Amino acid sequence: MPLYEAIRLAFSSIRAQKLKSFFSAVGVMIGVTFLIAVVSVVQGMNVYMTDKFAGALIGVNTFQLRSRPNITMGNITDEMWREWPRRQRITVDDAEYIRANLTVPARTAIEGFDQMTIRWEGREAAQIQVHTTDAEYFRIKKWDIAEGRAFSPQEVRIGADVVVLGNDLARRLFENRDPIGETISVGGLPHRVIGVVAPQGTLFGISLDKFAVTPITSPVRRLVNRPRVIDDFHIQTDNVPLMRAAMEEVTALMRARRGLRPGEENNFHLETAEGALSEWEKVSGILFLALPGLVAISLVVGGIVIMNIMLMAVAERTREIGIRKALGAKRRDIMAQFIVESATLSVTGAAIGIATGLLLALAVRTFTPLPAAVAPWSIVVGVALGILVGMVAGITPARQASRLDPIAALRHE
Amino acid sequence: MTQAIIRLEGITREYLMGGERIRALAGVDLEIARNEYVAIMGPSGSGKSTMMNVLGCLDTPTAGRYWLNGHEVSRMGDDALARIRNREIGFVFQTFNLLPRATALANVELPLVYAGVSSRERRRRAESALERVGLGERMDHRPNELSGGQRQRVAIARALVNEPSILLADEPTGNLDSSTSEEIMRVFGQLHAHGQTVVLVTHEPDIADHAHRVVVLRDGLVDSDRRRPAAAAGAA
Repeated sequence: MPLYEAIRLAFSSIRAQKLKSFFSAVGVMIGVTFLIAVVSVVQGMNVYMTDKFAGALIGVNTFQLRSRPNITMGNITDEMWREWPRRQRITVDDAEYIRANLTVPARTAIEGFDQMTIRWEGREAAQIQVHTTDAEYFRIKKWDIAEGRAFSPQEVRIGADVVVLGNDLARRLFENRDPIGETISVGGLPHRVIGVVAPQGTLFGISLDKFAVTPITSPVRRLVNRPRVIDDFHIQTDNVPLMRAAMEEVTALMRARRGLRPGEENNFHLETAEGALSEWEKVSGILFLALPGLVAISLVVGGIVIMNIMLMAVAERTREIGIRKALGAKRRDIMAQFIVESATLSVTGAAIGIATGLLLALAVRTFTPLPAAVAPWSIVVGVALGILVGMVAGITPARQASRLDPIAALRHE
Repeated sequence: MTQAIIRLEGITREYLMGGERIRALAGVDLEIARNEYVAIMGPSGSGKSTMMNVLGCLDTPTAGRYWLNGHEVSRMGDDALARIRNREIGFVFQTFNLLPRATALANVELPLVYAGVSSRERRRRAESALERVGLGERMDHRPNELSGGQRQRVAIARALVNEPSILLADEPTGNLDSSTSEEIMRVFGQLHAHGQTVVLVTHEPDIADHAHRVVVLRDGLVDSDRRRPAAAAGAA
């Protein structure tokens, strides 16, 4: 009997007992749902962490010279927590020294930041991240200007009291009015709005558009850090090899400048997207290790359920098997019929599982700040597992059916 | 008898039942020619059912040889027997044995599925077989939407669809009332008139009267083998 006939036959058997078929395939369905949903969320997190998280917080091909790590995940000892605040801060002079001695072509920007309250005509936005920085900062961050303009190197040199706003912040203070040219209070000091940055979206549901940027020399600078102290020094190269080379040079320059002897640990930190990601990779690695086990358990249970349902089906359809044999079905025809039926049942369960898994992933993306991205391979694996579980579960019932004696089977009531 | 389509030589079939050896057939010799209409009769326990199973290649004899249309089926394995059942034998059962969920057409197509016939050809042949038994209007009905007589006609169409060398009917009217029985027996008569070899297994003399030759079994052996005058048979 050709395969498509067998599949059509299988579907008609499944349709004949919809509810029973559904419950028998539920185990496989749950396993595949789980597979798709977890893989989608983890994959979504991966895409998110690499593209957005690292890109938004650090920048592509970019590293930061800092006194201590900014983004931390995973194992940090108490000792590290005690040591970090005692570290010497990075200064404008460190940055100037590196700029003067770095041989790798790079874009750089110094930055100091703090959270402040911003006011305009009775409206107030509290806990706004205020970045004080260089004109290059916008290029390093890949921030496009939606309205107005960014500040220029000249304005940085003279310490102009200008400010560029994040999109959400501009909307919150000015609603639909034009913010350009208005004077706002940043931490109590007046600054003139000259531009608004294009929307950057959200990260884990937190807006990336609630910030203000001023020149590092602007009046608000005094509220952020002590004179000449900065929070980080951004260095951006064109590609990863150049970034590695720049990191080595910066490490050597800083060690020399701070007089560290060989064997002494760095008392400064180079933050990269990779470093921040490595901790995430550990977490996702554990998830991917645990996943096969969890999926396997539900598939094994699902397979046993299908096997039992198929054994029942063979008993119920003994007479049908007898008729088929009398009319010329060979052992392998009967065998194939029941294996195909079992596999079809299981794949149907897997297909429903894929659909519910995708819906679940969509729900996660819609109703929680967690992202989700479908991994095409997980769908392929889901279908393949469905077929495999169905076929394996079908072997014993199919063999039993194929070995029935046609005379006894025909007499069966 | 040179045109023998069935030839049995010393067919024996023994069963073990609770350690006891039971001899259902005790060395039957029988020849049936092409286009014969034979009724096999006998009281219960005479070996009638076993005879039917052996003739239908559902069972293999313990000893003896059986040729069906030139094939020696007594030495065949399971798959070869399945093939013979498919190509050479058309079964008609007392309880019809139709697949309840399939339409009349799908039921008739079933032997062709196992013969590997393409779906278009299958449909064509199944339709013409159903028309032959007068059910051209009922092809899409399921068995539970048909009367007993109509069900048995579907079963006959299914038996004929692969153009078997013998039509083997086991108490074909056992579940039918007398007028429907007559109707079904007329169908057999017509098929025989068109050249079909028909073997009936029955315990009802009325039914056996339709045949041209009556073989009576007793205790696993042929007790009598009577040929009826052609004229009398033709009138039935």
